[in-house]
Amino acid sequence: MKKAINLNVNGVSRSDEVEPRMLLVHYLRDVLELTGTHVGCETSLCGACTVMLDGQAVKSCTLFAVQADGSSVTTIEGLAKNGELHPVQEGFWEKHGLQCGYCTPGMIVAAAQLLERNSDPSREEICHGLEGNLCRCTGYQHIIEAVQYAAKKAGAQ
Amino acid sequence: MTDKYVGKRVKRTEDPRLIRGLAHYVDDIALPGTLHVAFVRSMFAHAKIDSIDTSAARSAPGVVAVYTGQDVADKIGPVPCASALPELKVPDHRVLAKDKVYFVGHPIAAVVATDRYAARDAVDLVMVDYEDLPAVTDVEQAAAGGPIIHEGFGDNIAYKLTSGEGDIDAAFAAAERTVKQRILHRRLAPIAMEPRGVLARYYPGEEELTIWSSTQIPHLMRTQVALMIGIPENKLRVITPEVGGGFGSKLNVYAEEALLGWISMQLGKPVKWIETRRENIQATIHGRGQVGDIEVAFKNDGTLLGVRYSVFADLGAYHQLLTPAIPTLTGLMLSGAYKIPAIQMNIVGCFTNKMATDAYRGAGRPEATYVIERALDLVAAELGVDPVEVRRKNFPAANEFPFHTATGLDYDSGNYEAALNKAQEIAGYAQLREEQKKARAEGRLIGIGVSTYVEICALGPSQAMPAGGWESATVRIEPTGKVTVLTGASPHGQGQETSFAQIVADELGVSINDVTVIHGDTGVVQYGIGTFGSRATAVGGTAVLVAVQKLKEKAHKIASHILQADATRVSFEGGKYSRQAAAAAAAGTSDPVVPVGEAPAGALPEPQTEGRTSLTIQEIALAAHLAKELPPDTEPGLSATYFFEPKNFTFPFGTHIAVVEVDRDTGDLKFLRYVAVDDCGKVINPMLVDGQVHGGIMQSIGQALYEEVVYDEHGQLLTGTLMDYAVPRAKHAPEFELDRTETPSPVNPLGVKGVGEAGTIGATPAIVNAVVDALAPFGVKHLDMPIKPENVWRIINEH
Repeated sequence: MKKAINLNVNGVSRSDEVEPRMLLVHYLRDVLELTGTHVGCETSLCGACTVMLDGQAVKSCTLFAVQADGSSVTTIEGLAKNGELHPVQEGFWEKHGLQCGYCTPGMIVAAAQLLERNSDPSREEICHGLEGNLCRCTGYQHIIEAVQYAAKKAGAQ
Repeated sequence: MTDKYVGKRVKRTEDPRLIRGLAHYVDDIALPGTLHVAFVRSMFAHAKIDSIDTSAARSAPGVVAVYTGQDVADKIGPVPCASALPELKVPDHRVLAKDKVYFVGHPIAAVVATDRYAARDAVDLVMVDYEDLPAVTDVEQAAAGGPIIHEGFGDNIAYKLTSGEGDIDAAFAAAERTVKQRILHRRLAPIAMEPRGVLARYYPGEEELTIWSSTQIPHLMRTQVALMIGIPENKLRVITPEVGGGFGSKLNVYAEEALLGWISMQLGKPVKWIETRRENIQATIHGRGQVGDIEVAFKNDGTLLGVRYSVFADLGAYHQLLTPAIPTLTGLMLSGAYKIPAIQMNIVGCFTNKMATDAYRGAGRPEATYVIERALDLVAAELGVDPVEVRRKNFPAANEFPFHTATGLDYDSGNYEAALNKAQEIAGYAQLREEQKKARAEGRLIGIGVSTYVEICALGPSQAMPAGGWESATVRIEPTGKVTVLTGASPHGQGQETSFAQIVADELGVSINDVTVIHGDTGVVQYGIGTFGSRATAVGGTAVLVAVQKLKEKAHKIASHILQADATRVSFEGGKYSRQAAAAAAAGTSDPVVPVGEAPAGALPEPQTEGRTSLTIQEIALAAHLAKELPPDTEPGLSATYFFEPKNFTFPFGTHIAVVEVDRDTGDLKFLRYVAVDDCGKVINPMLVDGQVHGGIMQSIGQALYEEVVYDEHGQLLTGTLMDYAVPRAKHAPEFELDRTETPSPVNPLGVKGVGEAGTIGATPAIVNAVVDALAPFGVKHLDMPIKPENVWRIINEH
């Protein structure tokens, strides 16, 4: 029995009928074709599927699409505004914060939310804020530097 | 040629699509009408299959087909093993189990349905009747007899191999002292963040099959899958879109890749399978998995005389592509960075009821480096000297290269002392030892660990490789002046789109923005080998360099013809061919003849060559394409292809120094310092090199302190999710202090060596040596990985 959902994704209103058990990540990827959000573990442990739900970073692989009914969702595709990269995206490019790129969308969304809460985080606070996101390529150092770059850049603006 | 890009920190051209979420991994490719596959996998480690009932699954909503081992047994050939060792036992490895299952996760049936939820639902409706059999998971028990896994073989021993040179018995007879240590290398799960995935589409009319797969080796996979499912190789196209990490786990040919291709051919529809993480830990290859004894013979002054390493290798139930070969790589690298006159490696490769082991970042070499670097610390402890001094005493000097080892290798170039000195200087080694003394007096547990590693890269000369060790490249300049590079070294995060473009842009004197590197599509790229074994730059990059140089030779000929000058009087600089006197004035960057978006429809502008004293290489490309002003006997077009065969491996090296402090109350530890001085020869892009080293060290930290694939005695996998398998997180990362020395390799014209695995090879022993050093006051001489806080706490509290 499909359920109707209405939500706002990256500033666009969406109305769809979905199976109650459809995961939010599958709704974003398969229905809306926003494939920047990835699935890495299906158990909330790796963070590749991180999106913002009403301003909170959440793991979209363990939320149902129906739980997002009435909410506002921002995915990696919605971070850049008017063709301008988000400071965290810019930081990841400048500081080589990614290699294979698979964890990157979730990592960037989590880092963006971290900076919304704390505009000048210490190294420890960055590590704590990214605790829910795994990266197997970078050894994290360049990711931490990318977030520091973004904090500095956003602070200067 | 003026270098504008090589050696510089050039930002990656790959990144804009990746940071905006616009890149395409396999699961991001959506073809209309795609069917989804889910697998029934064994829940037993060793069992007979009495029957499989698929009727309920077949009639479930959305289910299109269900295939069992019986259905495909005579349709799809065995999963290939490319290792050729003397008297190697090779089990018949079918894509789906038929009569028996041999490990948890062993695929039994494939369910095909209209969506992934329906496929997954129907998996639970497939009824498998198992007759549980005793399993063997301990490699030494497997070797000693144990339940026999493949009955036809009579035992569980897949092969035995002894390698090495020098008189090992004489070395031990002459030894003034010896040390011996049993060492475990646990199984590790590679955990590429993107699990494996396959999409296959068959066009019955054209009889063409396309397989998109998250693999490191698209061409090798195409050859093998074509043989497995019986499609002509030239009717099979393999595309590797974005690949989300590999670390060796995707350097393989897997059952699912062939099966999906075959299913698509049966149904005439696209079919997709995306591995879940649980499947990934069960049924994607594991790394390491050795247990053995290292013995070292030495003199009282610390001079090494001989090394013997006798090891049981835990191969798992089946051979994947390179499974049996991995421990032999350990044997190759047992000389480490030292002069050791006699070396012997004894391998007993054993079947166990587990997933196969195979190449995981380092692939056999981390095991060698780990045992040697651990053993040297034991030698130092035995002699009561600083671990650094034992190392320094046994280094070959910089003028002793090429250096022949008793494992049969010839190290290309090296200056081990220089890297050690630099690392000691950065770390302030002498002062650190002083501080450690003071800290110990205060009751603090601080440890300093050193590793002076050497590794083998640029795999490799074809003589030493099962399926070709060369790499290919094509460079062409399109009529509009844009440069296209095709490489067989298909990357999965290493950044070759940038580093190869750097090489080409410098050679051609063009902007890097005018160079596009294409890879990972067998329909577009000439045959290639792939990215693994730290080979992409040294072998693939060299192929690119020589191809572009060949292209320039042709361009030079055409330029001389058009400029009406003898070739010896035409020079090339800054992207321009000039008659000699005009060279200086013409220097600068070459731009495309046809600006993008401004090209006249229908006709390309003819280059104005009349009376010119210089021409850009891009004007030459256009002239070569229009073919109206070519010298006699010159083929039209401006393109060159080169297949580079390396004469030798390369041997990067370095020194890693880890400083840790152990918390007495919890047994937890933290890094106070991590210094790494690596020498990977010439550097194309230092930013990419740093990234590789960071990532490699982090995987070492995982191995040393957290990671371990655990099966219980019944063969049940206890670490089946990322909840139980502990991949390091950001908080576990030390602040890396990196530096380099630069000893060019004589093996290739770029002078590069390779850096993809250095961190993983060099770091693990440095970390363990540091922890052991921290616990030396408790009489600790060795600890097996992963060194968990609980183990450390017990040592402190049970002392």
